[in-house]
Amino acid sequence: MDMKRDWTLPGLTVGFALIAVVGTLVLPDWLMALTVNSFSRALAVLGLMVLWRCGLVSFGHALYYGLGAYVVALLGKDWGISEVLITLPAAALLSGLVGFGIGFIMRRYREIFFAMLSLAFSMVMYGILVKTEALGSTDGFSIEQPSFMGWTPEDATEKLHTIFLMLCFICWAVAALVHRYLQSTLGNLTRAIRDNEIRVEYLGISAQHAVHIKYVMSAALAGLGGAMLAISLGQVDPDSMVNWPVSGELVFVTILSGPGSVVAPFIGSVLFELIRTYAFEWVPGAWQLIVGATLLVIIFFLPGGVWSLISRAIGKREDL
Amino acid sequence: MDFATAITILIDGLVFSSYLFLVSVGLTIIFGVMKILNVAHGSFYAWGAYTSAYLIGIWSNSGLPDAGTFLMIAVAALLVGVVLGLFLERCLIQFMYGRDEVIIVLATFATFLILEDLILVVFGVDPYFAYQPMMVLGSTQIGGIMRDVYSLTLIGLAAVVGLILWVGLTKTKWGRLLTAVIHDREISVAMGIDVTKVFILTFVLGAVLGALGGAYVAPTVSVAPGFGIDVIVLSFAVVVIGGMGSIPGAIIGALIVGIARAIAVHKLPEVELFVVYGVMVAVLVFRPEGLFAPAKARKI
Repeated sequence: MDMKRDWTLPGLTVGFALIAVVGTLVLPDWLMALTVNSFSRALAVLGLMVLWRCGLVSFGHALYYGLGAYVVALLGKDWGISEVLITLPAAALLSGLVGFGIGFIMRRYREIFFAMLSLAFSMVMYGILVKTEALGSTDGFSIEQPSFMGWTPEDATEKLHTIFLMLCFICWAVAALVHRYLQSTLGNLTRAIRDNEIRVEYLGISAQHAVHIKYVMSAALAGLGGAMLAISLGQVDPDSMVNWPVSGELVFVTILSGPGSVVAPFIGSVLFELIRTYAFEWVPGAWQLIVGATLLVIIFFLPGGVWSLISRAIGKREDL
Repeated sequence: MDFATAITILIDGLVFSSYLFLVSVGLTIIFGVMKILNVAHGSFYAWGAYTSAYLIGIWSNSGLPDAGTFLMIAVAALLVGVVLGLFLERCLIQFMYGRDEVIIVLATFATFLILEDLILVVFGVDPYFAYQPMMVLGSTQIGGIMRDVYSLTLIGLAAVVGLILWVGLTKTKWGRLLTAVIHDREISVAMGIDVTKVFILTFVLGAVLGALGGAYVAPTVSVAPGFGIDVIVLSFAVVVIGGMGSIPGAIIGALIVGIARAIAVHKLPEVELFVVYGVMVAVLVFRPEGLFAPAKARKI
């Protein structure tokens, strides 16, 4: 255990408080919307990061991302429930439950098989969604205006600001919880599992069990992220939420962020969204090219992600 | 189900299976030899299709007989496969050997994104139509349904490609070298096999096959941006079902997926996509190494 003081929790608290305050005061609407999108994605990436620390890459977390989004949308459509205090936990819970079920299968697989099987599961969901007329097929459908503790914002700006503040709080809480988890015995096992599973078993711990827990966690987080995205976009559809390039994008941001800290996904997501936005603005025909090139650069020259730059800058020992 | 429907399903299934085999056999060869799951395979496919449509357009505009457009398809496949395959292997893949398999997948995913946009830069955003080869062959009637002969020739092409690969792998010296590398790379090096050369050739071969799939399909569809995206997961499914790295596996996988999909399309259209990936899940759950891949000894 590192004897140096762990600054992650105070850092998170101060950081998100600052973002919330400064963001509300100075951020123009488009940048705030960009931050909301990034942070929604970051929640899913946080879960993928936990898996990534075990050496597992899921190419199918769009399954839970989309599931969370559709849960929110359907709660509003079929039951008229738009209260975020209900829809958000419901999305996370249901994604976690589905993850729990699928996890019994996933936990037996590693490496490329883990990636492929998760891809297959997500494509099953995609296949169902695009063929379901009642859910708008490939077009998806728009969702109800969200209400926050009974209060419904009147215009778009008000809604955006509310979502922004709420998201800052959620991200802070979730990041803190995941951080605490990673500090625990089970959380510390992530690296052990990646390095040598057989030795983990000799310690008397079931590696499969540990992987299962992390899988459920990541599923619930992806569901929460997807739900947040659906609420802020006001619309769900299979191609931008469940199809495999979405999973690829989530993995990309995970690699871009790096596994070093729970803060990394938030920085990585904002960075990704900025790269994409500016690439789209400067060279509209070639934004994928820029995104792809960035990914290659990260893989070759920065295996620890952008976080490794930061941790080096603040003089922290390289964690992974 | 009456007889006519059964025939229709069978032919549709066979055509689609042949298509699937063509697009996924390159993927499985590359995986078998190099242990690389190549997402950029979809790019070979898309580039092959664009190049073929483009060349066919030039050929028929120059007033030459339309039968020659078939030559253009072959030229497109070779051109794209050799140039793009060689370029990728030398400039990217060769630096990835020995790294984590999933990292390599990500690197090829990045390559796919890059190549996807390069298509737009080179060919523009407008769709291409290259129906000439289809016109040449005309259509015929089978079981009371008009079919274009061109699609039916897919079955023949798939059979020829499969046969060539089978003979090449089992009867020639090169095939045996390849098999040796597949089984144990280190021993192969020790035995004096130039593994680097084998890898380059394998990658180019896989690229040519991927491009051929796209090039041959191009006349039957409109070649538009985003052409390669669906093919990637579809060919993944085929390869995974049959067993990654196995050519007989790719045949079986293609047949299973192709026929299952044809049945779904005719009998229960709502589950069309679900069937493909449902089979993939089922196979992975019960036999993760695929139906045909030989069991591997566990290395500790």
